[in-house]
Amino acid sequence: MSATGIGASVRRKEDLRFLTGRGNYTDDINRPGQTHAYILRSPHAHAKIERLDISSAQAAPGVIAIFTGKDMAADALGGLPCGWQIHSRDGSPMKEPAHPPLVIDRVRHVGDQIAVVIAETLGQAKDAAELIEVDYAPLPAIAHPGKALASAAPQVWDEAPGNLCYDWVIGDEAEVDAAIKGAHHVTRIELTNNRLIPNAMEPRAAVGEYDRSTGDYTLYTTSQNPHVIRLLMGAFVLHIPEHRLRVVAPDVGGGFGSKIYHYAEEAIVTWASAKVNRPIKWTAERSESFITDAHGRDHVTTAHLAMDKDGKFLAFKVETIANMGAYLSTFAPCVPTYLYATLLAGVYTTPKVFANVKAVFTHTVPVDAYRGAGRPEATYLIERIVSQAAREMGLDQAELRRRNFIKREQFPYQTPVALVYDSGDPGGCMEKALKLADYSGFEARRKEAAARGKYRGIGFSTYVEACGIAPSAVVGSLGARAGLYECGQVRVHPTGSVTVFTGTHSHGQGHETTFAQLVSDKLGIPIENVDVVHGDTAKVPFGMGTYGSRSLAVGGVAIDRAMDKVIAKAKKIAAHLLEAAEADIVFENGEFSVAGTDRKKAFGEISLAAYVPHNYPITELEPGLEETAFFDPLNFSYPGGAHLCEVEIDPDTGVTQVINFTAVDDFGRVINPMIVEGQVHGGVAQGIGQALLEACVYDEEGQLITGSFMDYTMPRADNLVSFTLDTHNVPAPDNPLGVKGCGEVGAIGSPPAVINAVIDALSPLGITDISMPATPPKVWQAIRSARPPLAAE
Amino acid sequence: MYNFEYNRPASLDDALKALSSGDEVKLMAGGMTLIPTLKQRLAQPSKLVDLSGVAELKGITVEGNAVVIGAMTTHATVAASAEVAAKIPALTKLAHGIGDPQVRNRGTLGGSISNNDPAADYPAALMALGATVTTNKRQLAADDFFAGMFTTALEEDEIVLKVSFPIPEKAAYAKFAQPASRYALVGVFVAKTAGGARVAVTGAGEDGVFRVAAFEDALSKNFSAAALDGIAIPAEGLNSDIHGAADYRAHLIGVMAKRALQAAG
Repeated sequence: MSATGIGASVRRKEDLRFLTGRGNYTDDINRPGQTHAYILRSPHAHAKIERLDISSAQAAPGVIAIFTGKDMAADALGGLPCGWQIHSRDGSPMKEPAHPPLVIDRVRHVGDQIAVVIAETLGQAKDAAELIEVDYAPLPAIAHPGKALASAAPQVWDEAPGNLCYDWVIGDEAEVDAAIKGAHHVTRIELTNNRLIPNAMEPRAAVGEYDRSTGDYTLYTTSQNPHVIRLLMGAFVLHIPEHRLRVVAPDVGGGFGSKIYHYAEEAIVTWASAKVNRPIKWTAERSESFITDAHGRDHVTTAHLAMDKDGKFLAFKVETIANMGAYLSTFAPCVPTYLYATLLAGVYTTPKVFANVKAVFTHTVPVDAYRGAGRPEATYLIERIVSQAAREMGLDQAELRRRNFIKREQFPYQTPVALVYDSGDPGGCMEKALKLADYSGFEARRKEAAARGKYRGIGFSTYVEACGIAPSAVVGSLGARAGLYECGQVRVHPTGSVTVFTGTHSHGQGHETTFAQLVSDKLGIPIENVDVVHGDTAKVPFGMGTYGSRSLAVGGVAIDRAMDKVIAKAKKIAAHLLEAAEADIVFENGEFSVAGTDRKKAFGEISLAAYVPHNYPITELEPGLEETAFFDPLNFSYPGGAHLCEVEIDPDTGVTQVINFTAVDDFGRVINPMIVEGQVHGGVAQGIGQALLEACVYDEEGQLITGSFMDYTMPRADNLVSFTLDTHNVPAPDNPLGVKGCGEVGAIGSPPAVINAVIDALSPLGITDISMPATPPKVWQAIRSARPPLAAE
Repeated sequence: MYNFEYNRPASLDDALKALSSGDEVKLMAGGMTLIPTLKQRLAQPSKLVDLSGVAELKGITVEGNAVVIGAMTTHATVAASAEVAAKIPALTKLAHGIGDPQVRNRGTLGGSISNNDPAADYPAALMALGATVTTNKRQLAADDFFAGMFTTALEEDEIVLKVSFPIPEKAAYAKFAQPASRYALVGVFVAKTAGGARVAVTGAGEDGVFRVAAFEDALSKNFSAAALDGIAIPAEGLNSDIHGAADYRAHLIGVMAKRALQAAG
């Protein structure tokens, strides 16, 4: 292994500019003549707009233009499209209401866009917005998904009766019901997967610019997938062909899914930049991020797990209501279906699985993929019910899992819910984690804590997830309206340095380093000679972007394939220069040699010959050394692992403290262990955040109560603990690089481990359920209800 | 924020002149509440008088049996003060636990008590230690200074100059932080003073900081955590929100008071 090749913990090349404040983010971009946009938003969750008068505002100082939904409709613009179509069990397509970038006459969530004010300064735009007169007729609102289907619930859309977007199933319900009926024991659970607000460090921003001389539009935006935005916005909303529309996603400060989607503001500033013929910048304030960035999770689920007398799982039945919010965001419909229900077998041999998912509209911010997207919801459900089953069956948590694990030799494993897991070793991961966490010593630690007046518990989560979101044919058959391959281009410069163009996008993942390692390793050149370019549709040929832990598993392979083509061509050049047969050329350590001789050419000599083709096989070969590859894999990528969490609870305050967190994950082949570990750290922090801290609260009127960091609790360093991390890697046979995704597993695996630990700690009191987040008052109340207060308290 | 005139006087006299120069003049100390309020367009002063240039409002001295802290002294300065640590270590701990480093480096004692946020830390210290607030016009006992949520006895033309904290025999502050904002969900300051035990609670009360007579009576006889056994705090008059209902806050007052007493030794 070279110091900068595959397997080396190379320090992140991008960190120098990030850590020294020299990143170039969308809000850092200022164009000549730039104006500023402020968007007037609804303060109501649901209201009819009876009158909208912009005349006073138009006359305010500095105002260049004010546009409303009617102006956009007059230009015959499209609505924000949804990229995935789900069909209900009766074969009907999902309800897909129109989503105009600016509303016409009705608002459907707090934060819905009503008008845009474009002015010389942001202050002037805000001043003018205060002069816009809006008469609202407030209407009843519904925010909670569990109540959206009730017959008396306020209706979000006329075309979606009962607020139902779709009613989808997977599996054979009758078969599963029969298995449940005949089972020795059935464990039943009801739970909520709490709604989350993403809160990337960098708020969303967009700068639109129109060049009147060429007719070209440019959008600078905080996106995880600029080509996808170009496609969605150009083709469906603004009707601008690709060659007239450039989308740039420069440095982006975190996304976690929330920057995948095509948002109204992007379309508004791009369209309006031509109307006013000046560049327009919009940057979200943090409070705007809370009410406009797509939220995550928000499921309400009832499930039954049937077992035989030995605890062997026989069947699993799941009924879930999933909140879509007021509109369908770009990928929203696939999250609680194909990213969720297809994973419900988990790491177990459960032979029969059935799931019914009802997606509902509510008067809330749209909900879409958030780090893990469907897989955390599946994992939380499975691992909660399995842990509860172990308690009900009187079995040790590890033992019940051992009895049901898919064994290493059973892979590739066809689950009853469509997926074929290519590889894994759930048992191997768990046994390693048990040792690292000193599971056998836990009861002694529980006793010691009890002596200090603390409740101590340990929680399990053994999981698998499907990521590396790709196979186009598969996702197409499941309703995706796009392909999910990836593109890589490798440009070898005359002196042998390399620029890599990738269709994935790095917004914290470290691609500039990991991808450079792939090149350094394969081409045998110093990592300093490799630059990675992403995030600009004018530079990168094409790409589907970064989400679903797909960048390395899909985009990395595309780069690898492009390098194969480079090497193949370089071998032809080398054969010519070395006067040998092409078949005799060996490429190793950056040198082309003739097998069995000492005749060789360095990589840089070949690239120079390609661009200075004085002595060159010009009749057979084009000059230049630059290749492009598209890669569309045949399967998802299946990382998995075991997370064990140990907590202590203070009964006086209800505070849960994470004491130990152990994770043993299977990432296949690891390119940069340090970056992978960093990804796990971030994911676990978010998972602990979901489990203990993050509560997104809407009131009955649809007002977001947790609309700022004063009330929405993000995890901070002092909420966490130094994690114990290890890997148990089984290379992925279905991936040409052998790699598996790693970006989301922390957020997928950890929440059930934390909550199972809380429940385990409180189990001596007879407590069997605590919902996320397990906040201090909630835990205190549970303890108080289970254990009546002593007279002295 | 809306436009306003900005004024940064170098002396108290100039500050007072600026304060009386218009109707919508606002004083700014550290600005840790005021600036976010301005940014959200929730306040529209005509003029902002920034007191950060008034040197006579800064500093920490020990005068007789009291620690005297200038109104414009930052939380970070109080937290780092050797005099404070030697005389009233509970105050050191309190100052060190306010907000985050940025807030502590900007926020001031005078700003905090003049704003009288019902979840701020300092009001509990003033009440429990029996502090005296000196303004340009008069001296006010802490009990008379705080007048309900975001309300004080200060008049429009009045500026806090300093606060005198009598040095207690023992004192401690225990805070249960609201997990998101890290303000006090419940903060309890206990002090054993020459005049008996004093206990003040911040964060929990609908009307802001308050003293707990039942605790004070018990602790005046026996200044220990055990003395509070069996004394329940009623939930009436306490805040309820998503971070804790009134009964939880009532319970936490007892828990935090005992923890403070254990820390006070």
